[in-house]
Amino acid sequence: MEVVLSLAIGILTASGLWLLFRPRTFQVILGLSLLSYAVNLFIMAAGRLRTDAPPIVGKGTADPAAYADPVPQALVLTAIVISFATTALLLVVLMASRGLTGTDHVDGEDGEA
Amino acid sequence: MTGWLAHLVVVPILLPLVASALMLSMDERRRTAKRVLSLGVSALLVGVAALLLWSVRESGPVAYRIGDWPSPFAITLVADRLSTMMLLLTSILGFTSLFYATARWDRSGPRFHALFLLLLMGINGAFLTGDIFNLFVFFEVLLAASYGLILHGSGTERTSASLHYIAINIAASLLFLVGVALLYSVNGTLNMADLAVSLSSAAEENLALLEAGAAILGVAFLVKAGIWPLCFWLPRTYAAASPPVAAVFAIMTKVGIYIILRLSFLLFGKDSGGAAGFANDALLYAGLATMVFGIVGILAARHLTRIAGHYVLVSSGILLSAIGIGGEALTAALLFYLVSSTLAVSALYLLIEPVERHADEADIIEGISEPVFDDEYVGAIEEEETEEGVVIPGTIAILGGGFIFCALLLAGLPPLSGFIAKFALIDALFRHVTIALSHWALIALIILSGLATTIAMTRAGIDRLWTPGEDSPARLSLVEVTPIGLLLTVCLTLMLAAGPVMDFMQATAGALHDPGSYIEAAGPATEGGGVR
Repeated sequence: MEVVLSLAIGILTASGLWLLFRPRTFQVILGLSLLSYAVNLFIMAAGRLRTDAPPIVGKGTADPAAYADPVPQALVLTAIVISFATTALLLVVLMASRGLTGTDHVDGEDGEA
Repeated sequence: MTGWLAHLVVVPILLPLVASALMLSMDERRRTAKRVLSLGVSALLVGVAALLLWSVRESGPVAYRIGDWPSPFAITLVADRLSTMMLLLTSILGFTSLFYATARWDRSGPRFHALFLLLLMGINGAFLTGDIFNLFVFFEVLLAASYGLILHGSGTERTSASLHYIAINIAASLLFLVGVALLYSVNGTLNMADLAVSLSSAAEENLALLEAGAAILGVAFLVKAGIWPLCFWLPRTYAAASPPVAAVFAIMTKVGIYIILRLSFLLFGKDSGGAAGFANDALLYAGLATMVFGIVGILAARHLTRIAGHYVLVSSGILLSAIGIGGEALTAALLFYLVSSTLAVSALYLLIEPVERHADEADIIEGISEPVFDDEYVGAIEEEETEEGVVIPGTIAILGGGFIFCALLLAGLPPLSGFIAKFALIDALFRHVTIALSHWALIALIILSGLATTIAMTRAGIDRLWTPGEDSPARLSLVEVTPIGLLLTVCLTLMLAAGPVMDFMQATAGALHDPGSYIEAAGPATEGGGVR
């Protein structure tokens, strides 16, 4: 599982970074989204990878070893909400910029074209 | 701190949040009500911050655990000398910028006041929080509000500048999260005081992971602070923002500086074992590079907004390299410089628009688009033969006076607080027994930055204020003059009361270098002992 997860994080980060450095605004947004997925997975991994271990303590039992760390899951949840909101905002700015400058280049002008 | 005073710590966050939420439900046309509400709230914030500062100065750091959970689990807010000082600075800037905005800027787009108060809430939260993940949340609050404020007034330049600003800050926030995750994976805690304790006893094999986490976290803050080479977005974004927004953004780079100051002394202070002094050299050299970049930028800038933007970079550079060198005397001096330069830059941003408004109208009449170099002054100089005694118009007198005041403050010329700050910095650097080459470089750059600012401000002042226009100067409303006057009065107070202020900074620097009382208040050791 460790290999699968780290590969997923690696591939997402690499593709996200590549898209982030592209000159079109839409590619930049996709890149940021991919990067945020990679970061969310990374935070999950920071809480140690475990299967068969729920993050919420059940009734009666009190053996912490049987449960996963709930903090990273809470962090991921917050991070997802925040990155969702900021991506939506960036999309609006992208549309406005496209409308005002007439191009989807990140600098608002096609330099080399 | 007992009774209702104990709850005062949470007020700087709750008050703007509630007011902002209220304002969202109000109709856009009820402008006067909104103005009164937001000005009232920001004035109250100044009072609350001053009260907090006073009580913390009397009785030491106070932790406020929301829900009264025991420490590492609770959301902890900590008010100590440094954070309340920054709170006071923020609320002063917030009040003056809002006041200025009521002249006309708040009408150029919807929901200005709600966004502005949210920004204040985010900044206050970032200063107060004692927990790294909450810091992230407050950062996002202040960033989200700042995205809206940058776009306020819209227009092509603002939109495309904010596109860069937003993309860069989202990327930086992702780095922030990676750093947080790394620190959590090693320490299992996100409470800053708790982190400081567990870091001092960290195992040797975990040290590399910890330092990597801290470094990635640091990069996220350095992007906000505008360190070279992560600063190219800053002058353009700040120049594109409307004046009151730019004036309050002067504190935003200081949020990054504040966090670096706090974390580097808390996590990597002298008691933190193997990791002590981590990244200090990197901060020093990166700060020096930022100063060089900023100085070149100041000299090259053709617009006052660009001069101000590059000056923000220079002051970030000075602060970061001073943090890198450390030492109590230097820290006290850098805190003084931080307060003085933030106030001065904010005043300059407010002053730029009236000054340029006048110049723009003069340009139209004389047909000069952008007089920059001396050739273009020939006309003005030759006219001196027919010079008659002219009464200086009141507007020009006020603008010119404010401009000179700002220039003296920014350049660090005597007798104003800018001079005292720079003098204290250089004096602290000379107190070291052996002065390293990099310290000499810092001293030289501090003096050079003053020279560059003087040159650029003189040039701009001649260009904008002395070039005679035939028209009567643009009108200046009292609403615009008052906040500028207020900011400059605060600077003047800083100069007149330099002794007591410096004593306060000394004590703050002492508390930063010996974070025992902070850890005791905010850390897990005092379970149940804190206030609710």
